Amino acid sequence: MSVPVPLAPPRRLVEVTVDGRPVRVPEGSTILDACRALAIDTPTLCYAPNLTPVNACRVCVVEITGARTLVPACSRPVEAGMEIATDTERVRHSRRLVMELLGSSVDLSLAGEDWERWTRAYGADPERFGARMDPLPAGERDRRRAGHHHEPEDPTVAESVAQPVTIDNELYVRDYARCVLCYRCVEACGEDAQHTFAIAVAGRGFDARISTEFAVPLDESACVYCGNCIGVCPTGALMAKREHDLRREGSWDESRQRITTTICPYCGVGCELEVHVQDDEIVKVTSPADHDITRGHLCIKGRFGFAYVGRRDERSASRRDRADPAP
Amino acid sequence: MELHLSDAAASPEERAALDELLGPAVPPALPDARVRFLEGRVARGGHELASRRTLLLPALHALQSRVGWISEGGLNEVCARLDVPPAEAYGVASFYALFRLEPSPPTVVHVCDDLACRLRGARELVEALEAEAPEDADAGGWTWVRSPCLGMCDQAPAFLAQRAGRPDVSLGGASLAAIRAAVAPEATVTCAGAVSAPQAWDPAARSGLRLLRRVGRVDPTSLDDYRAHGGYEALRRAIELGPAGVIREVTDAKLLGRGGAAFPTGVKWRAVAEQPVRPHYVIANADESEPGTFKDRLLMELDPFALVESLTIAGFATGAERGFIYIRGEYPLATERLELAIEQARRRGFLGPDVMGENFAFDIELRRGAGAYVCGEETALFESIEGKRGEPRNKPPFPVTHGLFGRPTVINNVETLVNVPLVLELGGPGYAAIGTEGSTGPRLFCLSGHVERPGVYEVEHGARLGDLLDLAGGVAGGRRLQAVLLGGAAGGFVRPDELDLPLSFEGARAAGATLGSGVVLVIDETADLGDLCLRIARFFRDESCGQCVPCRVGTVRQEEALLRLVRGRTLGTRADEHARLDELARVMRDASICGLGQAAAQAIGSAVAKFDAFDRTGGSA
Ligand SMILES: Cc1cc2nc3c(=O)[nH]c(=O)nc-3n(C[C@H](O)[C@H](O)[C@H](O)COP(=O)(O)O)c2cc1C
Ligand code: SF4
Ligand code: SF4
Ligand code: SF4
Ligand code: FES
Ligand code: FES
Repeated sequence: MSVPVPLAPPRRLVEVTVDGRPVRVPEGSTILDACRALAIDTPTLCYAPNLTPVNACRVCVVEITGARTLVPACSRPVEAGMEIATDTERVRHSRRLVMELLGSSVDLSLAGEDWERWTRAYGADPERFGARMDPLPAGERDRRRAGHHHEPEDPTVAESVAQPVTIDNELYVRDYARCVLCYRCVEACGEDAQHTFAIAVAGRGFDARISTEFAVPLDESACVYCGNCIGVCPTGALMAKREHDLRREGSWDESRQRITTTICPYCGVGCELEVHVQDDEIVKVTSPADHDITRGHLCIKGRFGFAYVGRRDERSASRRDRADPAP
Repeated sequence: MELHLSDAAASPEERAALDELLGPAVPPALPDARVRFLEGRVARGGHELASRRTLLLPALHALQSRVGWISEGGLNEVCARLDVPPAEAYGVASFYALFRLEPSPPTVVHVCDDLACRLRGARELVEALEAEAPEDADAGGWTWVRSPCLGMCDQAPAFLAQRAGRPDVSLGGASLAAIRAAVAPEATVTCAGAVSAPQAWDPAARSGLRLLRRVGRVDPTSLDDYRAHGGYEALRRAIELGPAGVIREVTDAKLLGRGGAAFPTGVKWRAVAEQPVRPHYVIANADESEPGTFKDRLLMELDPFALVESLTIAGFATGAERGFIYIRGEYPLATERLELAIEQARRRGFLGPDVMGENFAFDIELRRGAGAYVCGEETALFESIEGKRGEPRNKPPFPVTHGLFGRPTVINNVETLVNVPLVLELGGPGYAAIGTEGSTGPRLFCLSGHVERPGVYEVEHGARLGDLLDLAGGVAGGRRLQAVLLGGAAGGFVRPDELDLPLSFEGARAAGATLGSGVVLVIDETADLGDLCLRIARFFRDESCGQCVPCRVGTVRQEEALLRLVRGRTLGTRADEHARLDELARVMRDASICGLGQAAAQAIGSAVAKFDAFDRTGGSA
């Protein structure tokens, strides 16, 4: 991911047409940039502005005149004279099928308003591949071996990634029943931001999953709890424990939340924080993806330090409890 | 940045296996690495260490073949020595079907139940094994699992025994007895190398052979014998012509790639030769995992020096000093023969810093795959050599500019490469005179299934499919032909009334078929096409890398839909199911990243279109 360099010479412009409309965009732009320049609403899922595109989900595909297959808009650079079509039957078909295939195998109920709008716009109906399979026992998917799946017992239900939530630490949970395998967390943990490499994709094919080595709990892995993976996860598969708990209690309510912007007080770097407050409690901390310093990424103190702020009373109370010897 | 490793330590045996591959345990630059390793943290070094990641797959092989599985301690040791984060190393190890990540019996038998073997008793064998011990359970020092095609289809049914501490063996004629013999602790079984090329064994047919001319006549373990049979004359000729001259001949020969995509080899070579960026690499793609394909194995087992010489010519022509042969992990005998050939060539100055005293440097490294069809896709193959998961890259950029390690790279199929000496011998135009206008030269085909004499056959491009069947003695037992699967699982089914089909790129295309990797799987009237299609669906689902949604989920939904049709439990009518299959086929073809997903519905589609294999209207409609 290139960091904007303010003093670079202006880039040459390249002219392409999108759905017959000419548009000029700087050399090196992607087809997605060109679509956005024309305000063409293009569904994306694995793409994130602060990460290297992995172009894995294929929901953004477009048709280019002369190309045998469709191409991903989010990563394909424009070339002069390229004729791009975003609304042909072929494009609509592939986008809809990608949405249906994901919807039939993954819980996308927290994938956000954009995703909901797109699935409606494309008429995606995941149910037609059968009802989503019931959750597998915890750890079952982690044990699957590459190249050896067993014939489905009941082909009228759609095999899915449903499984229990992994809760193995106090700071965040991993709900891989919601994982679309967009690789964003892996990139954020590795080369694109954190350089910790605590998680990677393991396994193969439909059994591919995000995992630590030998699926050990996060506490035993290299994880430093920066939470950058949470920050980039598009589907709510990775979620701060506080948010997860509040949602489970039914008391998470974004309409009652205020977001205050501030500078992180823990060190001198100057990371911008967005502090989400509900009922006078800090319930979540994020950072804007377009912020010059953080590019959306923080460290454990910025992201989770609030947990100590908010629950200081609780903790001192318990310390007092312990300090007071029972009579 | 530092590596975080658990305190699981490698056993002495695991360390010895790694020492053998990587040299002494403690790199001199990190004298206290062992201590820090025990403390759970190892400092990461600079460039030298970073480049060691390419040794990841060989290191995992070293552990697997010594102790039969990859333990946490073993993986830690690999990570510490190669400077790879353990989560990534685990991600790589768990990508490959030949690696086991939990304690395992020392011998694992991979029993092929793929297409050709199914037609020759593999299902019955699997049933017999199941009666013995369930799949993947310890059967007393060994276990068995079902496997995709092992490239032994001419010997079907086939199996591969992975044996800790002993060489792997791959054998045809599989039976309970043969398997028991191979797994016995005191077993002395070795690879039989019984690959068949009936034309080469037949004195009358032999004289017309070009690609197979040395097969069966030359000693595959002797460089001298190879030279006595004309070996290394082509490299001599290449040196006379110079790099540009070689590329001109290959271009004039109109040599098209035999790996499936039919790309002009001369164009590829020129593009790499012209790249100013250095170094350049050349790679022989010997992954050969397309079900029904075994021609490259035959060449490597019986004429291995031909590949070594051909790759050297490719390196000379395109300015590469390093070449790789990436061979599938299930080919123990071909691997052994190539190792020997490379070593002899190096010793005798046909590889090394001054090849043939002609002032150019070229050397070859042999890399083994570990059970992943997708690693035959060229960019996945690069990733695999680089020590990463074999996930295909998005193209563009193409290998000729951004290939292995991001450098300009020529990658060719084994058969494509061994055509090059022939091109230099006949001259480009002379070579182009063989075959048809659009498909020059000779071509190898792999005949298997219900055919009288299975094996590798050489014909000129343009020969009729029916003539090829006749060469192989026709349908076994004189039974009636039901279909031919042409081109492999990524190819398509052909009807008996299409036997006039000319075996050329353009001939196949005109018939809506593809020659693919030269698979000609013969299916007689007794076979169940639906069962073969289900096996193909299972294959694609198992072999999908999992990176992109159309293929990762599409191959699962395809298998489910076919099962519903077979079991008569359709969602809606049968026509609804067929419509869904068509929709899946379209999204996989149009929106998948690589050729695996793009072709995953092709053969099944042809079985439906031409044979109504899943009964469009019957059953519960
Ligand atoms: C899934 C998949 C598997 C492939 N497997 C092989 C293979 O085993 N051997 C091979 O030569 N080409 C294979 N290919 C084709 C390669 O990507 C590449 O086109 C070929 O090696 C180029 O060599 P050629 O020009 O000599 O044919 C495969 C392609 C795909 C999409
Ligand atoms: S919290 Fe940070 S270190 Fe831990 S897995 Fe997520 S990105 Fe990696
Ligand atoms: S956990 Fe979230 S960010 Fe990571 S791959 Fe899954 S969906 Fe993407
Ligand atoms: S098409 Fe299949 S094998 Fe190819 S990149 Fe996509 S998921 Fe991987
Ligand atoms: S958003 Fe483009 S491929 Fe996922
Ligand atoms: S070896 Fe069994 S099908 Fe090829």
